[in-house]
Amino acid sequence: MGPFQRLGRSALGVLERLGRGHLFLLRTLLAMGTLVRRPGLLVRELYSVGVLSLLIIAVSGLFVGMVLGYQGYITLVDFGAAEALGTVVALSLVRELGPVVTALLFAGRAGSALTAEIGLMKATEQLSSMEMMAVDPYKRVIAPRFLAGVISLPLLAAIFSAVGVAGGYFIGVGVLGVDAGAYWSQMQASVDFHEDIMNGVIKSMVFGVVAAWIAVFEGYDATPTSEGVSRATTRTVVHTALAILALDFILTGLMFGDI
Amino acid sequence: MTTRRIEITVGIFVALGLAALFMLAIQVSNLGEYRGGDGYEVHAYFNNIGGLKVRAPVTMAGVRVGRVSAITYDAERYQARVSFTISARYDQLPTDTQASIYTAGLLGEQYIALEPGGEDEVLRDGDAILFTQSALVLEELIGRVLVNLTGN
Repeated sequence: MGPFQRLGRSALGVLERLGRGHLFLLRTLLAMGTLVRRPGLLVRELYSVGVLSLLIIAVSGLFVGMVLGYQGYITLVDFGAAEALGTVVALSLVRELGPVVTALLFAGRAGSALTAEIGLMKATEQLSSMEMMAVDPYKRVIAPRFLAGVISLPLLAAIFSAVGVAGGYFIGVGVLGVDAGAYWSQMQASVDFHEDIMNGVIKSMVFGVVAAWIAVFEGYDATPTSEGVSRATTRTVVHTALAILALDFILTGLMFGDI
Repeated sequence: MTTRRIEITVGIFVALGLAALFMLAIQVSNLGEYRGGDGYEVHAYFNNIGGLKVRAPVTMAGVRVGRVSAITYDAERYQARVSFTISARYDQLPTDTQASIYTAGLLGEQYIALEPGGEDEVLRDGDAILFTQSALVLEELIGRVLVNLTGN
């Protein structure tokens, strides 16, 4: 096999996977209607995807906010602008760190679990036995997990940012002695609801769709062996992280580029 | 775990997420103090707006009364046309009010300061502010100082 044939084969392989992924997304979206009639399926997945990720998100948000408090203070105090600490903490959390770090943690905490679960269902032929019983696995397994991811991520990102702002307050005001009133008033003066907070929410919604899509697709598309499932789980984390960071760059350019 | 417990924890999770979003909206952003729409718009022409940006504050005696809503260049007058929305609560501005562009702090953002005049008529939606004072451009100021120095 010559080098060109190898290149062509791998390029076609990538295209084929992309195509399968989009067809998979389409079938998942078409299967979404069942969830209106059976919301119990969604609630159960919201629990395992959202509620169980809550602790790691809240703790990470607190620490990221506290680190921002320290680093922001150290930089700002040289310019005599320590009062702008609230602005620095809130803008970095709401615009970037909240959506991005939440999505990365989500991929590690919930995305990998989704892939492993669905991949194992496939490897142990649970999905095919569902089909034998005329139960559509898209409706019963894929759609609730996908939608749970899409709903959870924006909520988790909002919690991350809110806890982070509180962490920055704790370090900035409580430990380093920035004025509490200045912390909040400078923050409110420069954080805009539509420009900053809504754009952050839109970002986390996009990341939610991408992270959930990659996680369930990798599980559904996994080679049905123990090695295949382990590779699919790794791919979920790696691909989600790369997709999130690249998309974040594009979204930031679109949202905040035209200054 | 029973379905009931799961449903309750999911309910708490969703409520927490929405509460966090609400806290961000009210406590972190400017949504609490400013609601768009419920105001009237006036405009003014400036020779030079310096670094003024859309959404910059409009103040009266130091108190924020509105925001800059649009900045365009008027090709016929060779001037910048700045529109700003003033909150409907402050509808007592005389027609001869003066608008000046100032800078908050040494490196701070630029804002519009309004100074009231003495007319009985008040500004309404779509009116123009006639008396304006342009932004102070540092290079111009230095140039003027240098001319003064060399003149002596």
